[in-house]
Amino acid sequence: MKKLQFSKICKNFGSVVANDNISLSLGEGEILSVLGENGAGKTTLMNILFGHYISDKGFIEVEGQRLTPGSTRASLDAGIGMVHQHFTLADNLTVLENIILGTEPLTRLWSQKKQAYTKLKALSKRFGLLINPDDKVADLTVGEKQRVEIIKALYRDASILILDEPTAVLTPQETTQLFKVLKEMVNAGLSIMFISHKLNEILEISDRIVVLRHGKLVGEVATKNASKESLAEMMVGRKVTRPAYEKLKIGKAVVELNDVCLKSSEGSVGLTNINLKIHEKEIIGLAGVSGNGQAGLASIFQGLASPSSGEFKLFGESLIKYDPRYLTKSGVARIPEDRTKEGIIGEMEVWENFLGEQLRSKAKSGFFIDKKQAVSSAEKLIQEYDIRCEGPFASTRLLSGGNIQKLILARSLSNNPRFIIANKPARGLDEGAISFVQQQIINAKTKGAGVLLISEDLDEIFELSDRIAVIFNGRLQGPFDTSTLNINQVGLMMSGEMKEDSLHEA
Amino acid sequence: MRLKTRRNAPVWLIALLPILSIGVAFIIGAFFIIWAGGSPITAYIALIKGSLGSTFAITESLARAIPLIFTGLAAAVAFRAKFWNIGAEGQLYCGAMAATLVGTGVIDLPSVIMIPVLFIAGALAGCLILLLPVLLKTHMKVDEVVTTLLLNFVILLFVNMLLEGPWKDPMAMGWPQAARIIDSGVLPIIVAKSRLHLGIIIAIVMSVVMWAILRFTVWGYEIRAVGYNQQASTFYGISINKSVLMVALFSGGLAGMAGVSEVAGLKGYLTLTLSPGFGYTGIAVAMLAQLHPIGVIISAIFLASIYVGADAMSRSVNIPNYIADILVAISLLSVLVGSMLTRFRIVWGK
Repeated sequence: MKKLQFSKICKNFGSVVANDNISLSLGEGEILSVLGENGAGKTTLMNILFGHYISDKGFIEVEGQRLTPGSTRASLDAGIGMVHQHFTLADNLTVLENIILGTEPLTRLWSQKKQAYTKLKALSKRFGLLINPDDKVADLTVGEKQRVEIIKALYRDASILILDEPTAVLTPQETTQLFKVLKEMVNAGLSIMFISHKLNEILEISDRIVVLRHGKLVGEVATKNASKESLAEMMVGRKVTRPAYEKLKIGKAVVELNDVCLKSSEGSVGLTNINLKIHEKEIIGLAGVSGNGQAGLASIFQGLASPSSGEFKLFGESLIKYDPRYLTKSGVARIPEDRTKEGIIGEMEVWENFLGEQLRSKAKSGFFIDKKQAVSSAEKLIQEYDIRCEGPFASTRLLSGGNIQKLILARSLSNNPRFIIANKPARGLDEGAISFVQQQIINAKTKGAGVLLISEDLDEIFELSDRIAVIFNGRLQGPFDTSTLNINQVGLMMSGEMKEDSLHEA
Repeated sequence: MRLKTRRNAPVWLIALLPILSIGVAFIIGAFFIIWAGGSPITAYIALIKGSLGSTFAITESLARAIPLIFTGLAAAVAFRAKFWNIGAEGQLYCGAMAATLVGTGVIDLPSVIMIPVLFIAGALAGCLILLLPVLLKTHMKVDEVVTTLLLNFVILLFVNMLLEGPWKDPMAMGWPQAARIIDSGVLPIIVAKSRLHLGIIIAIVMSVVMWAILRFTVWGYEIRAVGYNQQASTFYGISINKSVLMVALFSGGLAGMAGVSEVAGLKGYLTLTLSPGFGYTGIAVAMLAQLHPIGVIISAIFLASIYVGADAMSRSVNIPNYIADILVAISLLSVLVGSMLTRFRIVWGK
């Protein structure tokens, strides 16, 4: 008997078909990966399983028993545990308190912390999920918080664990650690559904893979018969070509930082004596563990912060005016780290967000918004960059992450910028969108722009960069020619080790 | 029963919402009228007659709507940028004080100049007094709800002091009121044998101007952007502090103009009873209009009609005119509940 069985699940939202006749099953002790691009219907399917939505047709069985649709309680009772991409923990409580939260009846006066503590310790030991029950959740790292989420599910005696994009927030080391834990759990008889769009990880962790596309189940393969290329093709529906790197002859310096320092402010690391020169027709990749000064460096290049000392030369001249609008006008393309919170205003319409930093420079006599012009240029860019939306008057919050990123790229790259500051431009996007974003950046380089690419994805950095710099605790090493480095060296520099030979430093 | 997020609320629903809310208010209000010992139907007939039943009634309602349009706009503009100015009442009195200061004989100019001068003086006074809470907010992160609200009482007491002391009009037979606005500053009556004055035109013009600013200009974009998302606004190069300051100046200025139009239009002189809470009612006006400047005109006229009509109702049916407050409060609550329904859909069953 199958542990979990989806039978002919259909779900429509208005005219949008989110799930179209999906049937799939999960065996005992199996890791099944559900692969699909954003919007392929993965999340809808999980929401149906978890009782957040009710399917229009079809049903779900757990160990042969029909699951009551639309009831989260029923799903929990059936032993289904879910670890969401965005954690659902109360920061001001301890690990233990978070885990027992919601498991105890309201009518009980004293909580049974002692039993809970023992059970928690046992679970954590059994699966190698190291965690101190008395720590406050606010003090935990992202990886630790995820462990708490997993233990929370196990504590409720889950036998089926759903992980929604669990590695999106983890470092490579934490991912390895997580995979070890998952293997342990499967050996102990649990079944796991692993939702992701990262091909490497899926190939590494799962036994079987199902692929969703546009709400349909388009493929099912045993992992041993799958390859990265075949999966990508199945997921996207066509052959995916990775953008090709090409070394070009570099031109003049576009930006230059000389001994730039930035005072640390609450919650962010400062910068110490940063020296960096980026030329036309080159991409500098900036590697580093998140929170080591990338935000500060990006904010200087984006005109959001001015250095406390040192010099920032833009196109050969010392910059005095740290103003996003001035930088944009001078030929800087800015791609923000958080595209939905920083890159767009969701409540405004698409054409309004196309104005963005150029609001004033594109206004008639600097004051009246030239709506006709703005709408027609928005229409043109929507076409050119293939932004999927209902048109220039669509509410921007309704766009998918990939389309929001396309909007931001279209807005900044259509001005033929000479310098691009791209802060994690491909993060959280699906395959199709990632190669689109990367191709756009490469095209801009070919046209003559210099690029600073900040990323946590080392593969991406190695694939695209001409030179790589590493930031640790507000200090910069390099940049070094990409050909002289390997991933291990960069990894060591990311944790603060110095590179011995700095011969290749330009 | 549960709530589901709507992707996009249909336009007809948004337009219908205030009307439905008012209907609900009247239905619920009926119970209170029965409780007060009246017949709802006769009461509502009296209310409608009293507010819309004759030319005089209509002009009375419109005259009452004038200050509400100004204070409603003041709240609508500020709330768009999520700047919570609760001090329109105080700013109204500042405008009235400025009009009194300038308009009682210090200067005398032809009406075409004198009236604009009074309005500009009143608007400036409203701006200036709001500057204090704004600077406290932008420089020291002091919550503006507290500062603007409490300033109302300070200003009211200050007006009281002026009226009992230096500004007390010796010709007023001992009443605490200031000297009359000189003839050239008085807003002309626009409908014969009524109290409806030029202020209504100015108020409507200001609504259209504010609507145009919000919709067609860089300022409007920035005000809306800051209200929606400060982080993205900063990324776009919009200075949050500058935008908040600008919004506050608009808001304070509009509230100040309400004071001018009451002093130079309806009353003719400054008293402590100049405003029966127009500043606070302005918030209800703005919410009922869903912060839309043109909607403010309609919702101000509606609320004014209820207040004016309720007076007539209480005279003829002999129930307290506080029913008006109940009706306004219920329509406001219905709009709030209703605006939730434009964002969510109720799904019956599980």
